[in-house]
Amino acid sequence: MKKQYCLLILILILVTRCNEEKECCVQPQFTITLNFTHHWNGLKITPQDFNELKFTNENGERLSIERLRYLVSNISLINGKNYHLIDVGENSGTSITIPELTDESYALSFRFGFSDEDNTDGTYQDLNSVSFSVPGMLGGGYHFMQFDGKYIDNNNEASGFNYHMIKAVDRTDPNNLKFEDTSFEVNLGTIEVASNPEIEIKMNLAEWFKNPNTWNLNELNSILMPNFEAQKMMRENGDSVFSLGVVN
Amino acid sequence: MKKSYIYFFAFFLLTSCSSKEEEIYTPVPYNLEIPALFADKLIAPIIPADNLLTEEGVLLGKKLFFDKKLSGDNTKACSSCHNPKKSFTDQQQFSAGIQGEFGTRNAMPLFNLAWNFDERFAWDGKEFGLEQQALEPVSNPIEMHANWNLVVQKLQESTEYPTLFLRAFGTSKIDAKLVTKAIAQFERTLISGDSKFDKYLLGEISLTQEEENGFNVFMDEAKGDCFHCHGSNNNPLWTDNAFHNNGLDTTFQDLGFGAVTGDPNDNGKFKSPSIRNLAFTAPYMHDGRFATLDEVINHYSEGLQKSSTIDPLMKKVNEGGVHLSLQDKNDLKAFLLSLTDRKFINNPNFQE
Repeated sequence: MKKQYCLLILILILVTRCNEEKECCVQPQFTITLNFTHHWNGLKITPQDFNELKFTNENGERLSIERLRYLVSNISLINGKNYHLIDVGENSGTSITIPELTDESYALSFRFGFSDEDNTDGTYQDLNSVSFSVPGMLGGGYHFMQFDGKYIDNNNEASGFNYHMIKAVDRTDPNNLKFEDTSFEVNLGTIEVASNPEIEIKMNLAEWFKNPNTWNLNELNSILMPNFEAQKMMRENGDSVFSLGVVN
Repeated sequence: MKKSYIYFFAFFLLTSCSSKEEEIYTPVPYNLEIPALFADKLIAPIIPADNLLTEEGVLLGKKLFFDKKLSGDNTKACSSCHNPKKSFTDQQQFSAGIQGEFGTRNAMPLFNLAWNFDERFAWDGKEFGLEQQALEPVSNPIEMHANWNLVVQKLQESTEYPTLFLRAFGTSKIDAKLVTKAIAQFERTLISGDSKFDKYLLGEISLTQEEENGFNVFMDEAKGDCFHCHGSNNNPLWTDNAFHNNGLDTTFQDLGFGAVTGDPNDNGKFKSPSIRNLAFTAPYMHDGRFATLDEVINHYSEGLQKSSTIDPLMKKVNEGGVHLSLQDKNDLKAFLLSLTDRKFINNPNFQE
């Protein structure tokens, strides 16, 4: 009888220890949501604000937004497929949910556009399917941003602009194209994820026309994809476009 | 008493047999042959989960597509305006309905419809989904002008259709929904991806110098800049399936997409058609206003008309366009015609 009691107690101890061991090893998992929002010097922009000549750039030109699509990649918290097309007019891709995070704090960063390594021509079926690729004569790969709209030109007429950002290409010698990577990393600091937060990432569209290069739409309005200098200016202006917004 | 049991048993057997016959037949899944370039470059085609392609469904859809019973007076079929030999359009500016009346839109060619990812069909995007689209022309008074109930009755009374519906959909009871499902299945098999330019992209053949230069004009933002709306070597649909105002008019008789969305910012916008098979699809534009490809190219080169909703992608509108050289125009045309797919228009699976 004693033997049986002893065996029972031993089993009980083993089972309890096992349970404890299991509990001690389960790591809590967190989910964060990145919400990309858009504004013009603090004035919120939604698709309802498109098609109206209601914004004024640093150079004093009134303009409207008709199409705004851009690419972000290499978000620091994501493994696997790590590029996202954000189409503001269609209200698609603006919210990115990242589940199964295990650490409580992370350095949040992403790349605007594709790095040279990722910017491989024709590779991404979803981007091909929405006509986001760049002609081979410009090096191929993908647009980083397609920002189309109208502005009031010097003749007081509404004219179109196509602020399209790609990897810069110098075609001075068509047989020897020179490229410059215009994608850039955006660092938004360290974030705590323990409470499954929603994180706002803000794009200030006015900055594309402002800092450090005051953009003159009367001079630089279209056919900018093959314009090496214009692409480099866009890249420079991109530095001040993104900021961290509300973290809930 | 015993006899009545026997009758009851026999009746039970018979009923279970007949209902089982409807249940038992399993249609054969249809193997959609996707061109290599499409498989490589594009996301998967849209096949609704409630209307998967089957051999029987496609066959039935084809029969219905060519059947004049779908019109009010049995004189017109879908194929009357969507002729396979003409890339499923009819080379008329406007198509005549059963009473000789004409609409205001050019019949759209039909191919690669399963890759219309937003699923907005027709020039103005008014129809969502292919099944829904197929409903409209049958009852449209200036097209086939039929009463759907009568169409269904005609099909139900035929000797062939009830069995074909049974095999395709598991029921011999026909309704408009099943008719359009079958037609949509057939339409999703209409794939065009075997032109000279496709073969060039696959490394099988070379282009002429004119075609090559024409492709460069198409892709050059400083020249044609056609690729933003009409696809590229990486988007072999050769359309974005989106809605644009391409500068045809300063004011709009036909609001197009705007009449569908109710948003005045969409007035004058129409779907960009694919530039495949242009050799067969004249006249061009939503209202068939241009009889030739030369007229189309001249429009984009120097004929653009300014309006409030003109797409910002239309370049140099104040000058009428980008003013291509004659050489570039001719080369552009040569490139466009390299997207001609004769195998598609002669495909026996698509003929009556």
